[in-house]
Amino acid sequence: MEQFLQQIVNGISLGSIYALIALGYTMVYGIIKLINFAHGDIYMLGAYIGYFCMTHFHLGVIPSLLIAMAICTLLGVIIERIAYKPLRNATRIAVLITAIGVSLFLEYGTMFFVTANVRSYPPLKGILTQSFKLGNIVITAQQILIVCITVILMVFLQFIVKYTRIGKAMRAVSLDRDAAELMGINVDNTISFTFALGSALAGAAGILVGIYYNSINPLMGILPGLKAFVAAVFGGIGIIPGAMIGGYFIGTVEVMVAGYGNSMFKDAVVFAILILILIVKPSGLLGKETKEKV
Amino acid sequence: MLEISNLNVHFGVIHALKGVSLKVEEGEIVTLIGANGAGKTTTLRTISGLKKPTSGTILFNGNDITSTLPQDRVRMGISLAPEGRRIFSSLTVLENLELGAYLRRDKAEIKKDIDMVYERFPILKARRKQAAGTLSGGEQQMLAIGRALMSRPKLLCLDEPSMGLAPLLVQEIFDIIQDINQKGTTILLVEQNANMALQIANRAYVMETGTITLSGPGAELMRSEEIKKAYLGG
Ligand SMILES: Nc1ncnc2c1ncn2[C@@H]1O[C@H](COP(=O)(O)OP(=O)(O)OP(=O)(O)O)[C@@H](O)[C@H]1O
Ligand SMILES: [Mg+2]
Repeated sequence: MEQFLQQIVNGISLGSIYALIALGYTMVYGIIKLINFAHGDIYMLGAYIGYFCMTHFHLGVIPSLLIAMAICTLLGVIIERIAYKPLRNATRIAVLITAIGVSLFLEYGTMFFVTANVRSYPPLKGILTQSFKLGNIVITAQQILIVCITVILMVFLQFIVKYTRIGKAMRAVSLDRDAAELMGINVDNTISFTFALGSALAGAAGILVGIYYNSINPLMGILPGLKAFVAAVFGGIGIIPGAMIGGYFIGTVEVMVAGYGNSMFKDAVVFAILILILIVKPSGLLGKETKEKV
Repeated sequence: MLEISNLNVHFGVIHALKGVSLKVEEGEIVTLIGANGAGKTTTLRTISGLKKPTSGTILFNGNDITSTLPQDRVRMGISLAPEGRRIFSSLTVLENLELGAYLRRDKAEIKKDIDMVYERFPILKARRKQAAGTLSGGEQQMLAIGRALMSRPKLLCLDEPSMGLAPLLVQEIFDIIQDINQKGTTILLVEQNANMALQIANRAYVMETGTITLSGPGAELMRSEEIKKAYLGG
């Protein structure tokens, strides 16, 4: 039982990171129906930006986090403007291939500048090195930090999407781009904003994973990116709460498989889940079968 | 108010509008009728800026708006209740109406206009917290018209507002259109229901495969033999 609870704690920490990445996938998919394969690489860049902030500029965790989020926001918007915007009326497959191209460009571009070597995050100081015991369950201060930051960001995101003008525009464009345009909504700006939000969250996830696992490399975005994508599909792609639930679910499953079974299977299980969802309920946990009235 | 001259619109190789010219004067109800695929929807989509024409000009109150963005046209006072209603189905009725006022900042006035829409369509008030997709077809059409009114348009374009509605409801919708017009909004009405549309229209245009083939006062076109044969069933 204790081992089980310990795995839950670890699963929630890892799940937070998947959830943050999955949100970007789902929002971008919701608004332009693109599976943005470059999204995992934004997360990788967030990890590197955090690394340089902490090692070269000796900044603390929170300032580094904010800087990583800000730069990733900018990168997300630039990528959208340069790579995807010119393809607004192109076929979906053309945009998908472009996304894969952008992804490779970011991975190998980063490798060019920072080499392919694995780097380790600087050791944390002060309270962040602590851990707490509840019976035999260990909760580290890092895990608390990860979960707290994730929850704060999610609440903030929900607020933007639900209550602000631009959030309403995002929902309207996701539902019906033409109709949104007829309301006077600037669709291009709304799409840019969506990339900005998603990239900021991915940047945050990047630095959190650096802190949690300590090692980063230019290809680190590929696998978590795919898993976060599975999380988004699990929850129902395009649905924000679905991405959150999916992230936590995939994180927990992965930790459980590694803890009780064999850690060699943990990735395979995640993709088995993807196949299962696609067979059983392709619209995902929270997805509705949409019917239209004529 | 609105003056379209020599408008050409293409979808790839399809030449959907072939030199369309039409005029809507302030205060009028003008109807555009024609068979399926004639280009009526394309005309309205080009007027609201969703579709770019290959050539021709659109003047609105004397300004050339041919290459302006849809949002600028909404700001100037052009509003479209599109074909198929296109309401935001998972948003509530109230959120749909609020989106109609997206470009406006005058909160108090927006609230008044929402009440005005509720007064016009009491059923929408009763359903205000409900997801718009759960409304009946007629209610959705009322929402689409209400939403289009929320930007306080000078010119309201309606694309087949009677589509799929029971005869009683069709009559109601046409009464409402007339009422909106009497309160000062100019109307450009696209319809399949030529009979009803011609009855309430000051003037009418008939479109066939991308060109205007006939135009004149509504009452006059109703008596025309050609129109009777083609659109009025006898
Ligand atoms: N997105 C599009 N792509 C290609 N062709 C199109 C597109 N939209 C319209 N068309 C073509 O343009 C022509 C005019 O279509 P439009 O929808 O304007 O007709 P309509 O008069 O509104 O017909 P209906 O009464 O059936 O609504 C048709 O031949 C149609 O096939
Ligand atoms: Mg049409």
